[in-house]
Amino acid sequence: MFKQMKNTLGSLMLIELLKGMAVTGRYFFARKITIQYPEERTPQSNRFRGLHALRRYPNGEERCIACKLCEAVCPAMAITIESEQRDDNTRRTTRYDIDLTKCIFCGLCEESCPVDSIVETRIFDYHGEQRGDLLYTKEMLLAVGDKHEKQIAADRAQDKNYR
Amino acid sequence: MEWLSQLFGSYWQNVQMVGWTLVKIIAIVGPLMIAVAYLTYAERKVIGYMQVRIGPNRVGFWGLLQPVADGLKLLFKEIIIPTASNKGLFLLGPVLTIAPAFAAWAVIPFDGTMVLANIDAGLLYVLAMTSIAVYGVIIAGWASNSKYAFLGSLRSAAQIVSYEIAMGFSLVGVLMCANSLNLGNIVLGQEGGFWHWYFIPLFPLFIVYFISAVAETNRAPFDVAEGESEIVAGFHVEYSGMAFAVFFLAEYANIWLVCTLAALMFMGGWLSPLPFLPDSILWLFAKMAFLVFFFLWFRATFPRYRYDQIMRLGWKVFIPITIVWIVFVGAMMQTKFDYLFH
Repeated sequence: MFKQMKNTLGSLMLIELLKGMAVTGRYFFARKITIQYPEERTPQSNRFRGLHALRRYPNGEERCIACKLCEAVCPAMAITIESEQRDDNTRRTTRYDIDLTKCIFCGLCEESCPVDSIVETRIFDYHGEQRGDLLYTKEMLLAVGDKHEKQIAADRAQDKNYR
Repeated sequence: MEWLSQLFGSYWQNVQMVGWTLVKIIAIVGPLMIAVAYLTYAERKVIGYMQVRIGPNRVGFWGLLQPVADGLKLLFKEIIIPTASNKGLFLLGPVLTIAPAFAAWAVIPFDGTMVLANIDAGLLYVLAMTSIAVYGVIIAGWASNSKYAFLGSLRSAAQIVSYEIAMGFSLVGVLMCANSLNLGNIVLGQEGGFWHWYFIPLFPLFIVYFISAVAETNRAPFDVAEGESEIVAGFHVEYSGMAFAVFFLAEYANIWLVCTLAALMFMGGWLSPLPFLPDSILWLFAKMAFLVFFFLWFRATFPRYRYDQIMRLGWKVFIPITIVWIVFVGAMMQTKFDYLFH
């Protein structure tokens, strides 16, 4: 009886509702946590798995030796490699395609690579205007690698001790 | 001027009066439209801040041009009229919703002298106008020929009719205190500092009025007429482009209207809270903004009511409370404590 009266009185005084409004009222003055994306970015790990790149040695020779481990390990079967023997008797790829519409960004290609050639970079905000734009060829992947080599090398160096 | 008066002859006086009235109407509706546009901006900002976000800040400085961008976007969109709909009624719906929301401003006194039509039964006129607005919603829901729109309009109709009673009763308390239906006189009855304002002796009625006003305008937490989780968007599912925008404008114009009424009837309108400060229209604007802020605050805080809870609250809680308080006020007026209520 007494408890019921207390409940009725409490709901008539809108106590619960005022408590709720106090919460939102407090947050009204709280520091805002929005990140203004193109200008501000969230911190990224050096292990971030974004757009792929093919790397070169410092002398300009491409690292990839066409062992096709990445092609074999790729669970989405997004990688296609063709290779032939070059004039200096080394094996090199003639074709190295990654279909980014298939890729699931698992990072297994990078794990499997014996020469650290195929890597995944920190780049995540790229786009294609047609479906075909996301079928990356060897030239495009090498271009990404050339452009971001400094960052890629720094990220690998940071992770070296844990591998 | 000379040739104008020759042209209209003896009607010149009337022409002049009509002209002046038109100027006054524009002077009221123009700022009102801007206030409505920026209320949508304020709503997004306030709710954003309460959710620890920033809200719109890209269009113009601090996002101040956001309402303009939204308006232009809606203006350029196609108004799709469903084939199964009743075209005439379909287009009449939004008009019938927004017209009363603006028409009611005719009797709102902004100042001791600033009022378009200083009629004796101003309060009744306002109540009549806000009641007409529900027809727009019903017609829109019916003419759309869609089950969701129809359900939304039915909900809205039942809800507005129920809460109108509680709202009307709480205004009866104000009438008893002010002894007048003229909004200007109601405000003047509260002269002499904030302790003379009616929200103190009529506090339960003020709360009931304000919550009913939230329900009247179909705002959260009473926005079951829209109910996007179960009936998509309620009565305006089938509307697009400017026809949709008109519903939107009407909703926000109604928010300003009910807040202005609350400011006039319970918080002393343009009167200053302390006797030594000058009375000014700015006080009215400040009170309106203060009350409107609560609408946004409610929306950021409360989850939507279930429909039967809305009905229970309206009929079984608000109406009894208002009746009890009216009787109480009436009884007290017969005692020596009469002065407390005037």
